[in-house]
Formats: sequence, structure tokens, C-alpha cells
Amino acid sequence: MRRTALLNSTISICDFLLPVMVLLACSAAMAQSPTYKVGRTPTAAELHEWDKLVGSDGKELPPGSGSAKEGAPIYAAKCAVCHGKNGEGIPPFRRLVGGIGTLNTPTPKITVGSYAPFATTIWEYINRAMPRLAERTLSPDEVYALTAWVLYKNDIIKETDVLDKNTLLEVQMPNRNGFYPVPPQATPDKDRSWFPYWNQAPGWKPAAK
Amino acid sequence: MNSKKSDRRGFLKGSAALAGLAVGAIPFANGKALAEISPEDSTFIKKQGVTPDEPNIQDLLYGGRSRFEGEVYRVHSPGALALVGLRNLTPLHETMGAITPASLHYTVARGLGLPNIDPREHTLIIHGMVERPLIFTMEELKRLPSVSRVHFLECTGNSGLYHYRQHVMDQKAGRTDQHVITSVHGRTSCSEWTGVPLSLLLKEAGVQKGASWIVAEGGDRERHAKSLQLAKAMDDVIVAYGQNGEAIRREQGYPLRLVVPGFQGVCNVKYVRSIKLVDKPYYFQIETMNYTDLHPDGKAKWYETQVGPKSLITFPSDPHKLPGRGFYEISGIAWAGRGKISRVEVSTDGGRTWKDANLQQPIFSKAWTRFRHPWNWDGAETQIMSRATNEYGNIQPTIMELAKLWGDDRTPPLPATQIVSFWETAEMSTYLNNPIQIWKVNQDGSIQDATYSTLKFYDFHL
Repeated sequence: MRRTALLNSTISICDFLLPVMVLLACSAAMAQSPTYKVGRTPTAAELHEWDKLVGSDGKELPPGSGSAKEGAPIYAAKCAVCHGKNGEGIPPFRRLVGGIGTLNTPTPKITVGSYAPFATTIWEYINRAMPRLAERTLSPDEVYALTAWVLYKNDIIKETDVLDKNTLLEVQMPNRNGFYPVPPQATPDKDRSWFPYWNQAPGWKPAAK
Repeated sequence: MNSKKSDRRGFLKGSAALAGLAVGAIPFANGKALAEISPEDSTFIKKQGVTPDEPNIQDLLYGGRSRFEGEVYRVHSPGALALVGLRNLTPLHETMGAITPASLHYTVARGLGLPNIDPREHTLIIHGMVERPLIFTMEELKRLPSVSRVHFLECTGNSGLYHYRQHVMDQKAGRTDQHVITSVHGRTSCSEWTGVPLSLLLKEAGVQKGASWIVAEGGDRERHAKSLQLAKAMDDVIVAYGQNGEAIRREQGYPLRLVVPGFQGVCNVKYVRSIKLVDKPYYFQIETMNYTDLHPDGKAKWYETQVGPKSLITFPSDPHKLPGRGFYEISGIAWAGRGKISRVEVSTDGGRTWKDANLQQPIFSKAWTRFRHPWNWDGAETQIMSRATNEYGNIQPTIMELAKLWGDDRTPPLPATQIVSFWETAEMSTYLNNPIQIWKVNQDGSIQDATYSTLKFYDFHL
């Protein structure tokens, strides 16, 4: 469905995207016949190792669970050194807590609590990239617990609420609707313009083709 | 210990425990992190990349520079940001032509340390919504049809007010090796990149119906991950292993990186290991918490992509001092994320009149274009500046016009004055910054910024 929409819009506006359309069409047409036959089928272990990124639908989330109560000692031991005892942040390391309601003021406080649109974003980043110098050493339970601690400190969930791969998706972040455009731009507008933002030079005319 | 030095060290170490952690974490041979290199260490810096005065044959197997060029080097980023990842800035005021040597290419890394990857162990996996998941070794990738193309890269925060603030704070703390042209604008470089078109690899794997985005993941410490539109991936993205005629440097993603022409730097995933085809963006930390432009009404623009038309006079600029009146060739760089540069105009009278500069040929799409303009300086105080237009007629804005563009992006529109005062008070970065850089030429021949210094900045720590 999405792909049909993409093709229709590009046909109607622009011939510059013809190569893109041809490539997309080829990819479908050639589904059964790779051209070069270089490369091999990955093993299950290879696929598993590189399939840990988590999007907002959470379908890659692993089993496990944790609450803020369980997260507190882990946070104190592994996170507070940069993010401060209560998530206040030690510059240049990020402030995690506070700022809800400040984004439309002259001094917005951008924190995980006030700014992140999805709880999966928090879970995913902790899981992949935290803590610094010991990345990917936390168990899924610990990542759920730390995510819960950050959300609890922001008054988004209760201290005893248990996060798992289902309840994480139910968390309503305060800034869920704070970003635009929705959905994010997936195709260029015309003439390969991905960002139709800039002024046109006065008197400018397109060069003859 | 002189007081300036202790101030500077005090500032850099203001980040408490992690300062020590981060500095210790970047293992450089002499035991120093870049954040610790101070002006007093200039003898250390001057030796870098230089062929000895009496070289052995071995010294010439991989060529070095004349020792008289030893002062041209990448300056580390202002402020404590250098502690959260490698941040080296291209010395734009020393650049010539339109290609940046790989050794001077800027680096903005979000993970700590510098990956050291054995190419024999590096693989790229293509999976997700594909007919056939595939995994390629470096050797296999190099068998496939390749392209070489000249493209700029630019950190999307480049030329932002945030970096100017950091610059001013560093100046106050006694740092003397920073200039606006590097500390504010030095997060861009231009190289010839060689590699396999990503579209070719995706076709080999067979893109399934419904796929509309990819998520790319790197093999660095934090496994930098970025969502990217499939339409762009099928258009002109390169899976690159070569830079300026040799293998990509470690700081640039050795042995393999994405080059996403014209898009913000954060898309160009280094050390790339995995590309998964998906049907929506993944809303990663760097796509939500960072690299989103908060507006004064509390709404933020996300998934910004294409770098706007932009230009910058690199000579003369604020590190330079003109020795006296007379002839000087004004020279600079222009680039755009959309198409080729078609025009650069230069003003030497504070913006009252503009003249077309000469553009260096050939002009490549989404690449630096060098411009040159003859100038006779009469010795009077003046302002010089440049503005670029791309082949679609998009023109580089002044900083006030940029504020108006921000305001017009909201419904109902916000006044430009409100945007500017928000920039002045809000503790945040701004992205895709392309304002006209005005250089003030003083009567004594010294040059200073007259764009960023016109705004008021509040003195808080970022």
C-alpha cells in the first residue's frame, strides 16, 4: 500500500525519480533472480546478532521485565556517574528527568521525560549504547528496570509498575505528539527536494533542458 | 601553572567523574585525549604527519608533509562535547580547491574510542523485508560494480548557535586555538568516495513490497543506528570503502561506511554492519532526543534530511590578518544537499552590492564547489560575505531570513523575532544551519565574525 502511494506520487510530479521507480520495480521483478550472485545467506546467529534494534512497535523486544524499584540500585551503580543521582545530568551528559511542560517556554528543558516520544526509544538506546564503555552488558531485565526508573522519576509511571515487552508499549509519553511532520517524510517532494524549506532566488528561472 | 591554563582545565574537567572516564577511554599512543591537548602542546601537534628533515627510505614509503606545514591540523571541538566522542574539525581557512585530504576530514563520533576493525572480519548483512537475506564480506563487496563520486559530508549541527556559544565559553576560559571558521563551521569536508551503490545490494536481496525505510547499524562501540528513507537508499547512497584514492580512514568508518549524498551527516553510518528493511522509521535516540529542531511553540521538526544551499568565505576569515591594503583573492566553498551549486555571489561592501564569483569546474552535485573573487582592499573597515544558489534556485538565507523560514514552517506562522529570541534563550542545538557568514574586516586587517556576534547569548552551561 505504502509502496503504491510512493509510485503514484512520484509519477505525478516528477521525472527525476524515474531511476528510483525503475530500481524499485526491478527489485520486485528480480525478486527471484539476483544479478551477481555474490554474498551468501546469513546464519541464524548472524541474523539474530543484527536484529536487535527496536522500533516503536516493539516487535524485536525480548522477554524480561523490571520495575523502577529494581532499577534504582542498577542506576546508582552504573548510570549516576554521568546522569547524576536523580537523573539531573552532569553536563555534557544528558539530563533525564524533569522539564515536562517547559517545551513551549523560552527556556525549554529537554530531557528524556519531557521530550522523548516513545518509551521504546529509551529502552532501545539503553540496550544498545549504555552504559558508556560497557555497552550491551545489561540484561533485558536490567534494561526494563532502568527504563522504568527513568519513567518513574519523571512521574510517568509508578515505582512498582512492571515494564515488559507489552507494558512498555502502553506507556504514554508526554511529548508523544510533539514532533512533526507525521508521519516523517519518506519520499522527496519533487526534483529531489527532501526539504522544501529554502527561499527561491529572485528572478531565478530553471535552466533549459 | 598560569591561570589561563588552569581555567581551561577546570572547565574541561567540570564534567566531574566522566571527564576522567572519557579522557581515559580514548587510547592515544601518548596517553592524551584530544580534549587534553592545549596550546602548550603545540610542539606535539606540529610534528604530526611531517616527513623528517633527513628522511630514511622507510619515511617515504607513505609520504608526509613538509615540516613547515605542521601547523595545519584538525582542531578539537569547543566545549566539553569533545568528552562524549571524537570531535575533530576541518581547518577550513587552510583548505584549497574542493577536496579535503582524508587526514583533515572532520570527525564527529557519538561513541567513545576509535574502532580498529580487521577488514577480514567485517561483514555487511542485508535483512528484514527482503526476499533473500544476504551477508557480504569486504572481499565480496569489492568484486561488485563500483562507483566513485565527489560528495561533501556535513554534521547537521554545523554552523549552529550552539557551537558559537561553546566557542565563546572556551574563549572566556582562555582557549586560544579556536576561530569561528573552525569551531562554528568546521564540521564539513568533501571527498571522492568509492564503493558499491546501496541500490545494487538491495536489488540483490530483493526488496519486499511494503518496505519504505531502512535502519542501518554500525560496528562502533555504541553501534550507531539510523533510519533512512528507502527512496533515498535506492537513489544515490554509496556503501563506501574508498576515500580520495585509498581506503577510508578509521575516523571515517574503516573499512566500510554509508555515504548519503546531501543528507545530514548523522545518516552516513560509519563501520556499517547491518541494513534492515522496514516499513517505518525506528525513532532512535538520535532521531528524537537529538537532531530535532524544537520551535518556540513546543513542537519539534524531526527527520530533517537535506542540507540547504550554503557558502562560506574561507579566505580571508577570522584566523587571518591582512598585512595591508591591496589585492587579495577572496576564496571560499559552496555546497548544497540538493543538486549542484549554480551561482555564488560575493559582497565586499556589507551586502549593498553583489557580484558573481568564479566557480571552479567541474561542478559536482552535492559536493563542495570552490569559488574565487578578485578584491582590492582599500584599507577601510568593511564587511565581506557570500551567498550560494543551487541549480533549483534555492538561495542561502541571512540569519534573519533563516529565522523567518523557521517561523513560516509552523501554522500559524511564528514571527522571526520570536524565533531569534528563542534561539537566544533556549538551551538546545539547532540543525541544518546555513546562514550567510559575514566577516568584518577591521582597519588593522584583522577579521572577525559579524553574524553570530549580533545575537545575544545567555551565559549558561550546555
